[in-house]
Amino acid sequence: MADHVITTNLADDSEAARILQAQRRRHIIGATIRYGILFAVGLIMLYPLIWLVGASFKTNSEIFAGPGFIPDSPTIAGYVQGWQTSTPYTFGRFFWNTFLIVIPKIIGTAISCTAVAYGFARFDFPGKKILFASLIATLLLPNVVTRIPQYLLFRDLGWLDSFLPLWVPSAFAGDAFFVFMLVQFLRAIPRDMEEAARVDGASTWQVLVFIVVPLLTPALISVCLFQFMWTMNDFLGPLIYISSVDKFPVSLALKLSIDTTEAFEWNRILAMSVLTILPALTVFFVAQKYFIEGISAGGVKG
Amino acid sequence: MARLQLRNLEKDYGGFKAVHGINLEVADGEFMVLVGPSGCAKSTTLRMIAGLERVTGGEIRIGDSLVNDKAPGERGIAMVFQNYALYPHMKVRKNLSFGLRLKRRPKEEIEQATHDVSNILEIGDYLERLPKQLSGGQAQRVAVGRALIKKPQVFLFDEPLSNLDAKLRASMRVRITDLHKQLKADGLQSTVVYVTHDQTEAMTMGDRICVMKEGRIMQVADPVKLYNRPANAFVAGFIGSPEMNLIDSKLDGRSLKIGGKVLELDDEMLSRLQPRGTDVTLGVRPQHFAVVGVDVANALDGRVSHVEFMGHEVYLYIRVEGQQVIAVVPANHYDRGKINGDAIRLAPQAGSAHLFDRASGENISLSNQA
Repeated sequence: MADHVITTNLADDSEAARILQAQRRRHIIGATIRYGILFAVGLIMLYPLIWLVGASFKTNSEIFAGPGFIPDSPTIAGYVQGWQTSTPYTFGRFFWNTFLIVIPKIIGTAISCTAVAYGFARFDFPGKKILFASLIATLLLPNVVTRIPQYLLFRDLGWLDSFLPLWVPSAFAGDAFFVFMLVQFLRAIPRDMEEAARVDGASTWQVLVFIVVPLLTPALISVCLFQFMWTMNDFLGPLIYISSVDKFPVSLALKLSIDTTEAFEWNRILAMSVLTILPALTVFFVAQKYFIEGISAGGVKG
Repeated sequence: MARLQLRNLEKDYGGFKAVHGINLEVADGEFMVLVGPSGCAKSTTLRMIAGLERVTGGEIRIGDSLVNDKAPGERGIAMVFQNYALYPHMKVRKNLSFGLRLKRRPKEEIEQATHDVSNILEIGDYLERLPKQLSGGQAQRVAVGRALIKKPQVFLFDEPLSNLDAKLRASMRVRITDLHKQLKADGLQSTVVYVTHDQTEAMTMGDRICVMKEGRIMQVADPVKLYNRPANAFVAGFIGSPEMNLIDSKLDGRSLKIGGKVLELDDEMLSRLQPRGTDVTLGVRPQHFAVVGVDVANALDGRVSHVEFMGHEVYLYIRVEGQQVIAVVPANHYDRGKINGDAIRLAPQAGSAHLFDRASGENISLSNQA
């Protein structure tokens, strides 16, 4: 049997080489097709974004001239005029307003959601199951359902036309999704480290601050990133609660330039749109590594 | 004084009773090993001592103070966990000093203590490393160091060696025992409670051993007594390797009926026997069987079913009256001609056999003298 195999191999040396070459060729063709399709689909998905960036450098008349994204005579007029806006304020003011909402919201979310998630994941208390179930239930509730009661509530508190309705609920762990995400992440972390810290003399809060928060860091970064992007992009919230132009965040300010100008200055709108997505994009790419680590929850190193 | 006392200690998990009122006293400086099969509540007991599980009944006293309701950090204990439980985001140095830093001790004192402990455990070279950059043995030493640095009244070890490979386990065993002796010699607090499921670890490390089963203490004694005078069939079967042969038999006056065979009891055995019923279990350690020829009258006939050659000795698996029996014989006494299926004759060595009451499992062949 063994002899037979050896002789066959010797005889078919050239045959083997031919098969190997065919395999290699198939591999190259396969890779070409695969990457070709990926590139094409990727381009289709990204084209609106690429066009947006390209068109922001076009003149107003050129924008609708063709589907290409490379401007014939690049100009930054859109940026200059867009930044001035048609209001007494520059776009810088609107960015500042956005950050006045985003920053307290992120900090509040990170702190409150960690505390609540720690409670749910690590402690037994009466009514825990019901409370956690209602937390999950609010996840399933459509946002629109609570808009009107919330509006009435904030009106009675005298918070209309201020930033408070936009960030205060989140600072009290109002975002069930983040709590849920952190609870799931915490469940995957063994308790031994926390027990060791308790034996070392740490109080419950010290365990949370010195042990749990460092272990939660990847998940917390994701929470902050999500909150940052969603708040930057939020349009409905500011639209409902903020009425003075000097308090508009960028999402509303973009709409402003559509409303008040009779002839739409599309290049200004596009230019400001590019600026608006820049912070979110930058933050995402800088923190991409942690972001993915955080979403793939349970990825705890032993 | 770092005496540890458990009085009627109970743990009830809402209907399921894990620990049934155990009483245990660990003397100052003693190395006490809690051993038992999984599910015997040895870890639960340890965690109650540490304060990580709530006590549902009874008392825990460390030194002279009742610690039932004290936080783990206030009990004067330190614990080494099975999977090290090092803080992954802190370097070894910070891991060691975490407890002292929480207590806001002066910097120089922390520095000195870290230095001392790392010298004792030879981890000085790893102080600036993160736990994930350590091998299992190094991580375990850091975990021991983290306990040592606190100078606790009582050290608690929760199966600290079971994540290590066999060779490392043996060397860590010696290291921990040496450390305990050194602490004792230096006049420092050195009371240890050590949980393991490995009877070898228990036998080699413990001053005394507490054998547990299903939330109850079966026997507390030093290793020699535990091995030679087991209080019941469970302890007899658990301690020793290979485990003691427990053979169902019937007591009939001066003789023992095993299936169709009759074994005469000698005077020595009869003198220490305190019979209760006729249903008994004969306990003979594999090492206490002698392979004999047909000329010896008082012996058991069996057939070899399996042979394991271990180098210096040979394990013979033998069927005797439908029951499996293991005999360990020195390799030079072993006749290589004896193979599977061969007939063999075994005689229990005088003075080393035990009889257990079948119903209660209690040893009825212990004379009253200690």
